[in-house]
Order: sequence, then C-alpha cells, then structure tokens
Amino acid sequence: MPRALRHALLVLVPVVAAAALLPFLYSNQLLLFNFVVFLTLAQGVNVIYGFTGYLPFGYAGFFGTGAYGFSLAVIHLHMTPLPALAAGALAALLLGLLLTPLLRLSGAYFAIANLAASLAVFQIVSNPNLEDITKGPYGISLSGVFSPNLSYGTAVAFMALTLGLVVYLRNSRFGLSLQAIREDAISAGMAGINVVRGRVIAWLLSALIAGLIGGVFAWYVSVFYPETVFSPDFSIFAIVFALFGGIATITGPILGVVILYGIYNTIGISTPQYFQLIYGLLIVGLVLFLPNGLVSLFRRWGIDVP
Amino acid sequence: MLEYTLLAGLLFGLYFSLVGLGLNLTFGVMRIVNLAHGDFLMLGAFAAFWLFNLAGVNPLVSVFLILAAFAVLGLPLYYLFVPRLLTAKDPEMLSIILFFGLSQVIEALTTIAFGTSERSIPGNVLGSGPVKLLGQSFPAAWIVSGIASGLAVLGIYLYLYRTRIGYLTRAVMVHREEALATGIDVHRVSAIAFGIGLALAATAGVFAPFMLGSVTPAMGVDINITSFAVIVVGSLGNPLGTVLGGIVYGISLMFMQSYFSSWANLLPYLLLIFILLVRPSGLLGRQVRRA
Repeated sequence: MPRALRHALLVLVPVVAAAALLPFLYSNQLLLFNFVVFLTLAQGVNVIYGFTGYLPFGYAGFFGTGAYGFSLAVIHLHMTPLPALAAGALAALLLGLLLTPLLRLSGAYFAIANLAASLAVFQIVSNPNLEDITKGPYGISLSGVFSPNLSYGTAVAFMALTLGLVVYLRNSRFGLSLQAIREDAISAGMAGINVVRGRVIAWLLSALIAGLIGGVFAWYVSVFYPETVFSPDFSIFAIVFALFGGIATITGPILGVVILYGIYNTIGISTPQYFQLIYGLLIVGLVLFLPNGLVSLFRRWGIDVP
Repeated sequence: MLEYTLLAGLLFGLYFSLVGLGLNLTFGVMRIVNLAHGDFLMLGAFAAFWLFNLAGVNPLVSVFLILAAFAVLGLPLYYLFVPRLLTAKDPEMLSIILFFGLSQVIEALTTIAFGTSERSIPGNVLGSGPVKLLGQSFPAAWIVSGIASGLAVLGIYLYLYRTRIGYLTRAVMVHREEALATGIDVHRVSAIAFGIGLALAATAGVFAPFMLGSVTPAMGVDINITSFAVIVVGSLGNPLGTVLGGIVYGISLMFMQSYFSSWANLLPYLLLIFILLVRPSGLLGRQVRRA
C-alpha cells in the first residue's frame, strides 16, 4: 500500500469521520466547529511554517480577509453562501499575492512584517471612515444566510481538503522539495528546485486555506466584529498548536489542537488568565525541551508517525 | 502648527528610541527576538504606578530603583533561557516563540495580580503647567520624559563606546564566534546586555503613563509592534540607529495625528512593511555601524 494512502486511511479518514459524526452524539456544535476551524488553521500554518520555515505571525490576516470577503459578497453583491465563500477565498488569495514580496525577508523579519501586514488590514477594515463598505468597527451581521448545519458540513469538507493537501505534501516530491528549500535554499536551488515557485505556491496555499475557513467561520457565527476575526489569537493559537504537536507531519498539528484546545475549553473559558499562564509555560517548556514537538518523542522511541 | 508637530515629534521620537533601544540591543548582541519586551515595559509601568500610589515615590526617583531591579532580574533570566536556546537549530525563530510564551506568562500573572483595569499616574507629578519650548507650549511631562529618554540613550552610547565591557559587547555584536575565539566571556557580556535591555524597557515603562496613556496588562503587544517599527527603520541590530528610527517614527506619528488623524493607527504597520521591503537593512545599513 503506498504511503500516502496509508496516511490518508490512518489519519485523514478517522479525523474527518469523527468531525462529521460527533455532532450527532454531542450537542455543543459550536465547540466542535471551533475544533474544526483550529484543525484547519493549524494545518494551514503547517503548510507554510512546517514545510517552508516561514513563520506566519499574521496568519489571522488571511482568516479575517476570508471572513470579510465572504460577508461583503453576501451583503453588497447578495451572493448565496457558496459563491461568497469563493469570493472570500479569492480575497485571501489576493492578499497573499500582494504580500508575496515579504517572502524575500527571512527569519524574524518575515514574521514581524507579516504581523504588521495583518494588523494593517485590520486597521483598514475597522476604520470608521469605511463604514459604508466594511461596516467599520461596528461589525457584521449576516442573519439572512445563517445555516449552522450546512456551514458546519462545509467546514468539515474544507478541513478534509486541507488534510489531504498535507498528506500530499508529506508524501510527494513537491513536499520534499519544499523541505529541502527550508533546510538550505541555496543547495536546493543548485539541485534544480525552483525555490521561488515552491515558496510562493506554499504561501498562497496556506493563504487560501485560511481564507476558506475564515469565510465558513463568518457564515457559521454570522455576527462578528473585526476584532473577532482578525484577533492575533488565531495566528498564535494555530502556530502553537502546530508546533506543540510537531510541524511538517500530519498528526502533529492534530495532536496539538486536540490536546491544547481541549485544555483551553476545560479551563480557558472560565478563567482565561490561568489558561494563558499554563499555555505560556507550556510554550516555554516546549521550545526549551522539545523543539520538534510531541511527535519527536515517538520518533525518538523509533515509532514512525505520519 | 508645523513647528508644534515637529517639536512634539522630536520629543516622542526620543521616547520611542528608548522604547525600542532595549529590544535592539538584545537582538544585536544575541540575535534573538525578545517578544516579551513590551511586557517588561508594562511591568516597569506597573512598578512605577505602585511605588507612586502606595509609597508616594515620584517616578523620577523610582526610575532608578526600577532600572536597577530589572537589570538584576535580567541576569538569571538570561542564564535560564538563552544559552539553551542558542544551541537550537534556528535560535532566531525559536526565540520569537519562546519569548512569546514568556510574555503570556507575564501578562497572565499581572492580570491575576492586578486585574485588567487601566491605571495612570497624573501628569503633573513630573512638573506642573505647560512649558514653553521655542515658542510652542507642551505638557511638562512630555519634556521631562523626552529629556530622560535622551539621557538613557546617551548612557547607552557611553556604555558601548567608552567602557571596556561595552567594547567587548560590540565585539560580540560583530561576530559572536570570533569573539568567543578571542577569549571574550560571551555569556557574561550577553547576560549584561540582556539585563540592560530589560532595564531600558522598564525605564521606558516608567514614562509610559505620561507618553502612551493609561497602562494595562495587555499593552505589551502594541508596544512590541511599535518597537519593531522603530528599530527596523533605524536598523535591526544597531542600537544607535534606533535613535534615528525613533525620531523618524515620532515625527511621522505626529504628522499623521495632526493631518490624517483617523488613519494614524495604520502608520507603524505601513512604515514597518515599507522599510522592510525597500531597505531591509534599515536607514543606517550595517555597513555604517562603527563597531
């Protein structure tokens, strides 16, 4: 059995099945929806950070752009949800294209510039002068298209696509070439890999993932403020979840989301500052003692993890 | 109006130089990004607030206590985190995440201890009434904060260029491995630089209630972005370039506030992206650095 198929059967199918079937057993659909959103975002971060090494500190910018692209298409162009999702994804993709010059920056410079870019988009969207277009800081209300079950299903579908993409990257020449670029761009270029093309594709794919799931998020919650969808928490949670589990793997980000977001939902809602404390300590401990994530523990014991 | 904007920009510019200076010194010496910089600034502001409210200590006095306390705090923090971090494969990237974790810890502990309400110190404790400067009048607190920031920057200049340990610090900034090979105790030099970085952040924090408005545990993130904008404009890794960056930033901020006030919040982000794309080495490229 080819490795990609085995990975898909071992990881993708069970996760997607669980996400699709759990709403029938468990009534808190919003919680499950948030899990699906973070599973998708963590894998989106994995695509760009795990495989190419660019740390997208402003990843929420794409998420928010997707959410606003969707909402504005519904409000101004009176689109139905599915074409509006495409509009949101297109908006995120355009933002990604606009930001491709940032890929010239390396290391910390890229992370900072990306954060600044996402905050700039937030400032523009939430500016009261643009109230006629974006509703400014007063938020969006989409009661006309509200449909929790359909949007939940769409979110699961997008998560499945994203997982499929990561399975592909983990098992393909293209994914391998991205990792080669991450390790040493000059040697990779010498070996005949098109460095710029590889990076740009990974960057746009991760922007597209965030834009799609951002649009679904807007559709599902249907009432939100700019701070909600551009919240740096989305970037940071997604990065930490991916890193905690182990980047450049399929299971790592999933483990990270299930464990950390699970803890968040047990104690984080009632006492956010205690969660913040635990979360901060976990990050510090992780970087110092387990910089390659939980999955690296299994590797150390000789178990191959997809 | 124009003179006022320019002068206010200069005062704020000096202050913003101080805000960014500690971060830049740490980056220059250790090549790590202290993403908890804004949170140390916040802690300095809280220390000044409590010393003023409980013991009635004037911020101009407490600044010395706070400065010393944070410099001392920096040494154990350095040895706890940095040597281990520097052995990793990509210290620069991991440092962002590590210090982000630390900033979360600080923010959470401050919130647990003090709650989320906003605090401020009345501006008149730094001197009462408006002060005339070249025909324009400014709040006395601005002038005092600007002068104090200028003095702190001058202190760093003297440290780097007029003391032996500063000379060694510059050697580490130019080339860490060669400095090590020459027999410089790189960890000691770096630990001191880290302590000074924290002390500078806390000093900027003491004046934050006067220059930035009220203080909350969550203010660190915005401070970080501002600091990055300032030091990237100057040039990352060159502490004295920070002064240029701070002044460019301060003056452009004042111009935005005077003439395009509703878009002023966009400035740090756009300036940052613009400089990074056009001239990633900052206005003073590394070749200008006399080190």
